[in-house]
Amino acid sequence: MDRLDLGALFLHFLALWFVAVGGPSTILPDIHRYVVEVNQLMTSAQFAEIYTLAQVAPGPNVMYVTLIGWQLAGWAGAAATTIPLLVPATTLTLLVGHLNERYPNASIGRAIRRGLTPITIGLMFASATILMRAVNHDWRGYLISLLTVALVLRKPWNPLWLLAGGALAGIVGLV
Amino acid sequence: MEQTQSQTPCVSRLALFLTFSRITLSGFGGVMFWARRGLVERQRWLTDKEFVDLLTLGQLLPGPNVLNLTVMVGYRFAGWTGAAASVAGFLGWPCLVVIGMGVLYQHYGALPPVQQALAGMSTVAAGLLLATVVKLALVLPRRWRPWLFGMLAFVGVGVMRWPLLGVMGALAPFAVAAAWKEQE
Repeated sequence: MDRLDLGALFLHFLALWFVAVGGPSTILPDIHRYVVEVNQLMTSAQFAEIYTLAQVAPGPNVMYVTLIGWQLAGWAGAAATTIPLLVPATTLTLLVGHLNERYPNASIGRAIRRGLTPITIGLMFASATILMRAVNHDWRGYLISLLTVALVLRKPWNPLWLLAGGALAGIVGLV
Repeated sequence: MEQTQSQTPCVSRLALFLTFSRITLSGFGGVMFWARRGLVERQRWLTDKEFVDLLTLGQLLPGPNVLNLTVMVGYRFAGWTGAAASVAGFLGWPCLVVIGMGVLYQHYGALPPVQQALAGMSTVAAGLLLATVVKLALVLPRRWRPWLFGMLAFVGVGVMRWPLLGVMGALAPFAVAAAWKEQE
């Protein structure tokens, strides 16, 4: 992280945010690729831990992006990954909001959403597999991840309890 | 004076800032629930239908959909400065909290018990994301085309590890065109 080019980091995230239809989980594979694989600024395990920390914090899930920027280069890094997020939100949102009020029945909006939803799901699946490979070293880790899935689908529990259970499982040495 | 604008109440920038601060700081594990509760039930700035409409619009656009909703609500009630006040409340506090956690992580993240707890939590966090994917996939239409596009996106980005911009550029136009043709 001695020669991190903040301008390049800013531009990379700016480009990513313009294709982040479906939310911040869809760009996770590309952030992992850029930060861990191409530039080797942190390990895959660190990446997953930072993602987890941001999930525990209050606020929108997008904060993992801020924390990755901060880990790379302090406040300037956090700004370089977070500020680009606001650009599509302010420009496109207001533009489309305006168009939507003028043409409320345009079906192009529906076509975009229906067309992109499966891609979003595929990208989120990629994110989940990348995180699982980063944190799980043997079958016990995968078992706990899959147990989490089963519990979320069957029980209406707050995810924070599951995360606390995971912390406990880690401390007693199950992972 | 006519009462035509009575549906849009006068909302101060301070009220926008405080409301979005409260929403975001309540939002452990997702803010959607608290956004509806704050905007529709507590403040009555939006009706349920308006909330869903704005959220749908936000989902269409890149970025976190609740952030897009925040911008739209702030702009609607107090223009550009209202949008800025809302975003400052919505993102400012979580930024500070998360960076505080980053400081702790850099100091104590390498201690064995912390490391073990984090590893266990990360395993669960990966499972939580996978569960979200399963929930979303369950409501996909049972036709081959959406599933094909989803698989291609997964393989391109998750298995081949190609850059997202290229994969989206190649897939998105075809996916939208196919959905458009289906509507006709």
